[in-house]
Amino acid sequence: MPIDESVRQAILGAVPSLRAFAISLCGSVDRADDLVQETLVRALANIDSFQPGTNMAAWLFTILRNHFRSEYRKRRREVEDNDGHYAETLKSQPEQHGRVEFTEFRAALAKLPTDQREALILVGASGFSYEEAAHICGCAVGTIKSRVNRARTRLAELMAIDGAEDFGPDQATRAVLVGNDRN
Amino acid sequence: MSDQKPGRQKPMEAATRNKKAPVKLSREIQARLGQQLRAMYDDVVEQGVPDRFTELLNRLDENGNKGKP
Repeated sequence: MPIDESVRQAILGAVPSLRAFAISLCGSVDRADDLVQETLVRALANIDSFQPGTNMAAWLFTILRNHFRSEYRKRRREVEDNDGHYAETLKSQPEQHGRVEFTEFRAALAKLPTDQREALILVGASGFSYEEAAHICGCAVGTIKSRVNRARTRLAELMAIDGAEDFGPDQATRAVLVGNDRN
Repeated sequence: MSDQKPGRQKPMEAATRNKKAPVKLSREIQARLGQQLRAMYDDVVEQGVPDRFTELLNRLDENGNKGKP
């Protein structure tokens, strides 16, 4: 199909953020890039359903998120894969997931339930409003707010517990700040 | 939000001398978590658009523009 230049620019403009979202969701750069590619193919095949003037990024995020969810459900049926296993994979292959300094943080993020993780990323990193995030995830605004709150609380617990040999405010703060490098 | 009754402290708060400290720490941690989350995310965003996606759009565009130079 011929791609309108403004549509093309809007899509390409959203790709960097789509990739960051996809990597945060699935934990692997390779899988994330496949996910983004599948999203773009789907988006262009259904470009008629995009309303010009509305937020292209939000539309693409919705497609990617729904596609990831259906793939994830399929994979769970095929292989028993729990969040713990996923977290271990992340820890053992840090070079595949970007800079080492984020390894600890990614591992903690990976331990969150998927619905909390996606809500936190959409609001806390992608810069969507609660309303936009609710639209992307197909749920109520209140649901997004409570998922984000639970995600933040759990993440703080995970980072603090993970980094603090001697539990205390300084260690907890330090752990959140820099992670730790014990093996 | 809180169902705490006015004039009654919860046991834990009553036992804490400086009850502002834990709240402040928590906010501090939340802020740092937020910074770390954005730093991790922006690290990927700053990589820009990998060639495979520009090429993919070109390919899909060409499919719809056969005969066009």
